[in-house]
Amino acid sequence: MTTHAPDHQPTIRPASDEARILPSGEREFFFDVATTDLEINMGPQHPATHGVMRVLLRADGELVTGAQPHLGYLHRCAEKIGENVEWLQYLPYTDRYDYLSAMNNNLGYSLAVELLMPALEIPRRATVIRTICAELNRVASHLIAFGTYGLDIGAFTPFFYAFREREWIQALFEKICGARLTYSYIRIGGVFNDAPPGWLREVESFCDVFEEKWREYYDLLVENHIFVQRTANVGVIPREMAVDFGLTGPMLRGSGIDFDLRRDLPYMAYGEIASAGAFEIPLGRGEKGTLGDCWDRLYVRMVEMLEAIKIVRWCLGVIEPGPIIGEVPKVIKVPPGEGYVGIENPRGELGHYVHSDGGKVAIRCRVRGPSFTNLAVLEDLMPGTLLADSVAIIGSVDIVVGETDR
Amino acid sequence: MLALAQDPASGSLVMQTTHSGRNFLYDLLEWIGPPAWVPTWLLVLSAVALGVLVMVAIVAVIPLFAVWMERKVAGHIQCRFGPMYPGGWHGWAQTIADGIKLLLKEDMVPKGSDRVLFMLAPGLVLASIFAAFAALPLGYDWYFARMDLGVFAILALGSTTTIGVIMAGWASNSKWSLYGAMREAAQVVAYEIPLGIALMCPLIALGTFSLLDASANQSGFFGMGWAIFQNPFCIPAFIIFWIAALAEVKRAPFDLPEAESELVAGFMTEYSGLRWSFFMMEEYAAMFLMSVVAAVFWFGGFESPATYLLREAGQEGTILYGLVCFVTVALKGWVGVFLMMWLRWTLPRVRIDQVMTMGYKYLTPLSLLCVIGAAVWEMFLHAIGA
Repeated sequence: MTTHAPDHQPTIRPASDEARILPSGEREFFFDVATTDLEINMGPQHPATHGVMRVLLRADGELVTGAQPHLGYLHRCAEKIGENVEWLQYLPYTDRYDYLSAMNNNLGYSLAVELLMPALEIPRRATVIRTICAELNRVASHLIAFGTYGLDIGAFTPFFYAFREREWIQALFEKICGARLTYSYIRIGGVFNDAPPGWLREVESFCDVFEEKWREYYDLLVENHIFVQRTANVGVIPREMAVDFGLTGPMLRGSGIDFDLRRDLPYMAYGEIASAGAFEIPLGRGEKGTLGDCWDRLYVRMVEMLEAIKIVRWCLGVIEPGPIIGEVPKVIKVPPGEGYVGIENPRGELGHYVHSDGGKVAIRCRVRGPSFTNLAVLEDLMPGTLLADSVAIIGSVDIVVGETDR
Repeated sequence: MLALAQDPASGSLVMQTTHSGRNFLYDLLEWIGPPAWVPTWLLVLSAVALGVLVMVAIVAVIPLFAVWMERKVAGHIQCRFGPMYPGGWHGWAQTIADGIKLLLKEDMVPKGSDRVLFMLAPGLVLASIFAAFAALPLGYDWYFARMDLGVFAILALGSTTTIGVIMAGWASNSKWSLYGAMREAAQVVAYEIPLGIALMCPLIALGTFSLLDASANQSGFFGMGWAIFQNPFCIPAFIIFWIAALAEVKRAPFDLPEAESELVAGFMTEYSGLRWSFFMMEEYAAMFLMSVVAAVFWFGGFESPATYLLREAGQEGTILYGLVCFVTVALKGWVGVFLMMWLRWTLPRVRIDQVMTMGYKYLTPLSLLCVIGAAVWEMFLHAIGA
């Protein structure tokens, strides 16, 4: 071959820099087809990334050799907004970052602000309603995690079943606060609306139906042989790795580490509920494969739904009539100080750090998002797996991109 | 269908239909009574043209119905209704509305793609599956082409679609499409083998390659002497065939070439409008084709108690008899299609290495065992003189 190397074709290159001079005077290179890894963008428009996240994959055929998540496609300056709007005005923004568990976000922010206002007393009924809403929201969020995980693995139908039950929860929330996704219901000082008549009874009937349906979903997807084959021994996070990456929530408990903020660093009435033994913390046991694989993480989420229902039942047993919001002025002025409250969001520890100088606006409002932290593990988990496994791994992290980017 | 034969009267070579010439359309043309000056070959050619027209019309209706059925089946499995509004009754016109929408969409060819291959691929896919239908009889007297080796034609033409899919994936200039095409190539090569070998079992039991004869050989026991009851090794062979057929037609749990959550839409990612709908039509036509092959070689083909009763009543050869044969085989085919849909909306997708392992490690040896078993069983039956 007597031509010069085409510079825009990186896959064909001279085997060596040495050229043989032909009798005609032309230089001859030996060309070699070099195989390089395929660089491929998974996302930002890809069904498996659960929103607008981009994972830059390097793949050798079906084998993934490298992965790098790229964030920021859904960045909405939530933290900066927190420094520019009044305390209460920021509440609707908390709905938007983890839009699947807005109740928990409201709760986290409210608790952080309440920490700075020791004079503010939260009524008992408000605490119980907050707990019911947060736990129902946890069920709704885990239902999405379960449904979309099925979708990632290729089973469509569980998604619809999950949505049917979630729809009921949303209808319950709609009755209590008027919104279906972005509730802004849990306020600084309590909740803004009392449960309408019959609402608590309906929550109870939801719990009855859900526990029955849960078994069906578990048998349909989680115990399905193909599903187990796809998720067991895939994306294994050993205990040390889980701790090193600072994973929280089901990701951490899936690796067998018994840590749950609701029990270990209790807020609201959770300490009381935990000491009453009303709920347990499910842990991954490596039942189908290795400890800390994708199956374990889904298993933890599945069992957590049942445990959340137990907490709701406990709350229904102790709820009493009374006020639902403390003495909160129209324009809240928070005493100077700073505070951090981490709560157990469905995805892990959702922390709010607020800093007040005594004014109407925070001088710093920082959010520690569980999805963002959990996402970091992808880069280490994905190399060496198959393309289909990488989808399973992303699904098992259960990210909400709105919260990773905020 | 067409062949050169010696005319007994003149001794010269003439073109005429092969076999008994009992082609329904040819009979029809003769019955209409063409003028005496019309030569026989023109009549035969007209019959062929008519046959192709009828066939394309019939085959085109299959995806039309199957898409609607898929949406209804999926809907009811998922606690929904599926389409309800277009056309009034249970959304029967949904597919027609979809078809019109797809027809009116812009025909996009992505930049940097191999234009010729990109545009050719959907046509090739659709043409090969339509051609496979030519080997499919609709009744004992109703067929487009009487093929003694019909099952070979169906398998060969059915797997030609793979070339179209690989063309589409390669020509799209998209990495996801390429993944889809490569997966399709690997998967189909792996599953062609057990598919063909499993099909050998009923072929041994029935002793024929022809779909018509296969059906006729299952007419015992009041029309219930189906191959699956004749030879116990046909039962595992059917299961193997069914799994391989699912992989062959790219249906869940083997829908890896288009794996929605992994490859966006696989080889179809860059297609839109009518060309995209060609792939969908191929998928549903192939599903029906595979189901009918299973119905003919395992589940009696045209044979059912109804066929048997009509035959006993001396109705053989009538329009009614033909109709009953057609309805019998079509119903069996649709049951198979329903089964495929049911599986799709229930099961998760398997991984590519699991697909390969299953095909090469389990299905291929098992299907070989089935063939040996079926052959030994037939020898045994022969030995005891049954």
